[in-house]
Amino acid sequence: MTATASTTDRVNQALNRQVKEEVTVLSSLIYVQDEFGFLPPESIPLIADYTDASVNDVFGVATFYTHFRFTPPGPHTVEVCWGPSCHVRGAAEVMSAVKAELGMEEEGTTEDGQVTWKRSSCAAACAHGPVAMVDEMIYGDLTPESAVQLIKDVR
Amino acid sequence: MTEAYQQLKQRADAGWEALSNGSPIRIMVGAATCGRAAGGLQVIDAFEKAIAANGIEARVHRVGCIGLCYAEVLVDIIAPGQPRITYANVTSVLAETLVKDYLVGGNPRPDLAIGIRGEGSLDGVPALFDIPDLKPQVRVAMRNCGAIDPSDIDQYIANGGYAGLDRCLSDMQPAEVIEEVLKSGLRGRGGAAFPAAMKWRFLAGAPGPTKYILCNAEEGDPGAYNDKGLLESDPHTVLEGMTIAGYATAASKGYVFIRCVHRDVIKTTQTAIDQAYKEGLLGKNILGADFNFDIAVALTGESYVSGEETALMEAIEGKRAMPRSRPPFPAQVGLWGKPSNINNVKTYAYVPEVLRQGGDWYAGIGTERSKGTAIVCLTGNVARPQMAEVPFGLTLRQVIDDVAGGVSPGNEIKLLQTGGPLGGFLGPSEIDVTLDFDEMAGRGAILGSGGIIVGDETSCPVEMAAILADFNNEESCGKCFPCRIGTKHILEMFEAMTEGGAKEGDVDRMLAMSDTLLTSLCGHGQLSVNPIKSALKYFESELNAHIIDKVCPAGRCAALAKPSQR
Repeated sequence: MTATASTTDRVNQALNRQVKEEVTVLSSLIYVQDEFGFLPPESIPLIADYTDASVNDVFGVATFYTHFRFTPPGPHTVEVCWGPSCHVRGAAEVMSAVKAELGMEEEGTTEDGQVTWKRSSCAAACAHGPVAMVDEMIYGDLTPESAVQLIKDVR
Repeated sequence: MTEAYQQLKQRADAGWEALSNGSPIRIMVGAATCGRAAGGLQVIDAFEKAIAANGIEARVHRVGCIGLCYAEVLVDIIAPGQPRITYANVTSVLAETLVKDYLVGGNPRPDLAIGIRGEGSLDGVPALFDIPDLKPQVRVAMRNCGAIDPSDIDQYIANGGYAGLDRCLSDMQPAEVIEEVLKSGLRGRGGAAFPAAMKWRFLAGAPGPTKYILCNAEEGDPGAYNDKGLLESDPHTVLEGMTIAGYATAASKGYVFIRCVHRDVIKTTQTAIDQAYKEGLLGKNILGADFNFDIAVALTGESYVSGEETALMEAIEGKRAMPRSRPPFPAQVGLWGKPSNINNVKTYAYVPEVLRQGGDWYAGIGTERSKGTAIVCLTGNVARPQMAEVPFGLTLRQVIDDVAGGVSPGNEIKLLQTGGPLGGFLGPSEIDVTLDFDEMAGRGAILGSGGIIVGDETSCPVEMAAILADFNNEESCGKCFPCRIGTKHILEMFEAMTEGGAKEGDVDRMLAMSDTLLTSLCGHGQLSVNPIKSALKYFESELNAHIIDKVCPAGRCAALAKPSQR
């Protein structure tokens, strides 16, 4: 029960951090995900209450934007850019190496629960492609080898 | 000049003079996204440690991106009695060397410098704007990028910042401001190239008191990062531009719309907004005049379509970012049902200089119908990938060869991918097209938000098209079925081509869908046939090789035979 209470408290604190005039369903989701790294199931009705929307509306918005998650990510996150700009500089080879290192074909969390990875369509550092974000730090001019090393280093 | 501005300017000038004299010593480190990708934060750390270890009094400023992204980490050092020296590709080790050799030992290491910014000289080191990349460039919107610390409003003011707004508030009626922008010929930089002043006029004519000025920084095009680059490097030029637009149209509030994952861009923008409020440049009675205007950051989630103007308004309202039907147009019924004007980051970024130096001055740059400059991101297989501001009227070849250093020696340009994933390709035959909104549109390409991805002979246009189709399908918002289903069909056919499963007639089947796709609610579906249309125009034989012969001439598509294997 304590755990639930503290989740509720944290959701409410996150919601109240917003500037009152700018509160929307989307902004509330962003603040809650910032707090937890994902959207805990308990947060959805709380957000609905807070924004005077229905639970369906909140789910509708949360499932539309691709970065919202409903399960906790692993302690480490890896995003590899696959956009055309990185692609012509060798992103496909980097992506294959990362997938092989993580032992996963699809986006998600590794079996040991350590790394959550996803594809990114642009990290806005195109001049340094291929690019990856590891634990929110951006790394450029990657090779398959250096990308694998980055993952080995954080694991 | 308003009295309030005069006071701000005096304080700012004094601060800038101290900076320019190197009192104390200044170390300006490039740490925008591209700088950080090259290790900018580690370099800042190395400088701070080295100056502490050597007991030197110096200030490290975190600056944005001058545009020479390939040369990051870029560092400017200003020491007393010396010019402002720019060093490229600085690493943590090199940072220590510079502190030891230059700041301790007095040797500015001209061998490591790439240019001198501003006054003064150093033997053997060119003026920064004389190096090949920068020589063809004209800096208007990017005038301060990499030169000033974006977190210090005084550095912006000292370099002419807020003088345009001051001129509006002390000397001009709102209608005169619109006239000045009209005279400049400034056209919107989000892709449609609509004259900015015309758009403002629509909003000025709409009933108040609540009207919105929206700044679209939801730059989702892979290969384009100039909006984020501008906000990270010089946020005040965007805020000042929005405030001037607000004055010209009697609007009440502005929003800068940014994707929530770009945390540093958001932080830099928010800091700038807070400072502008503190100095009386936002809020009530701006610069003591009878004009109130507010600006806030509005965050969006990850969604490419949220950059479409009506989808953007849905997102600010907190809903799914799906486009609205038009009419009514945003100038009548926009955000929260109120009249709204939407421009791209770059469009607003030009406005302060247009007002400070005049519309005629701006119109003197560029071509007959495309006035001023274009901000382009040159990426892919070029020697010097970067963000550049060049006058309209140069050819694409000049921009790619002179500014970005062309493709690697012995290699040829094979394709250009411009205007984002909906923009399609240009073939090598179009490389001499003039950089001009209308010239480019006439060749079937768009400048869009300025991304130019260069592919050399190793690239396969079919594989590239499949990537664009993948992006377009993944990012379709799903509201209208032509786009939702059509982008999927196009992707499947491109994937079949790269995997050896394509059937004769697939190209015709894709083209046949273009009429249906044109009925999509927004440009996302309408333009999603561009990859196939442009691939067909420039790379028909390569398409046929994939479809009929099951061969990938570039040898990129792993499932197909390489040309030598036959």
